Amino acid sequence: MAQQSDIKYIAPVAVDIKKKKYCRFKKSGIKYIDYKDGEFLKKFVNEQGKILPRRLTGTSLKYQKKVAQAVKRARHLALLPFVTDNLKSN
Amino acid sequence: MANQYETVFIMTPVLSEDQMKETVQKFEKVLTDSGAEIVHQENWGLRKLEYPIQKKSSGFYHLFEFKAEDGAVVEALELQYRRDERIMRFLTVSMDKYAIAYAEKRRANRNAKAAAAEEVKEEVKEEAPVAEQPQEVNNESNQTEQAE
Repeated sequence: MAQQSDIKYIAPVAVDIKKKKYCRFKKSGIKYIDYKDGEFLKKFVNEQGKILPRRLTGTSLKYQKKVAQAVKRARHLALLPFVTDNLKSN
Repeated sequence: MANQYETVFIMTPVLSEDQMKETVQKFEKVLTDSGAEIVHQENWGLRKLEYPIQKKSSGFYHLFEFKAEDGAVVEALELQYRRDERIMRFLTVSMDKYAIAYAEKRRANRNAKAAAAEEVKEEVKEEAPVAEQPQEVNNESNQTEQAE
């Protein structure tokens, strides 16, 4: 224990300790992603309305496909924009 | 086994409330006439669109959930959608078992919320006269103070 704390002072403090990403659908057991819930889907698009990549959200491949499908359906029904400038501030 | 489908359509906002209901009834009839069994329907009312469609920035949304033996019902429904100029946009999706489970949960939630909203309304009604009384008391006390 004492050694570990010593090392902490000697070595530069790691700027960002990488938090393990996880798939929120797997973790909370969500099986179906609803295209009718625009507010929820806004978590998976950036400010311009583009779908966020898996490497940023940590979603598993299986559910990323479903997210993409749901976002596209929501766009068709004008529940999400195809393109916009500041989605998050609105 | 019958498939379950879900369809959402957007009607133009130029319709009056009655015309909107009439349109909904028309499509309900299209569904029942072609042998579909309507499981559930929701009216979302007038909603703002995220981008303009046919130069309109809002529309009436309506949702049907129905059971049908085959895709012929969907074909008939979508043909009617295309022919009807009151419909701006539509989407029909077949539901898998997770979608059906989700829809049932969503329905239960909505019912619970509606019930809760009604309860809140009743509570507000009950509370309203109670809230008024102390105010009156305060006014009276203020008046007496002023009089002194």
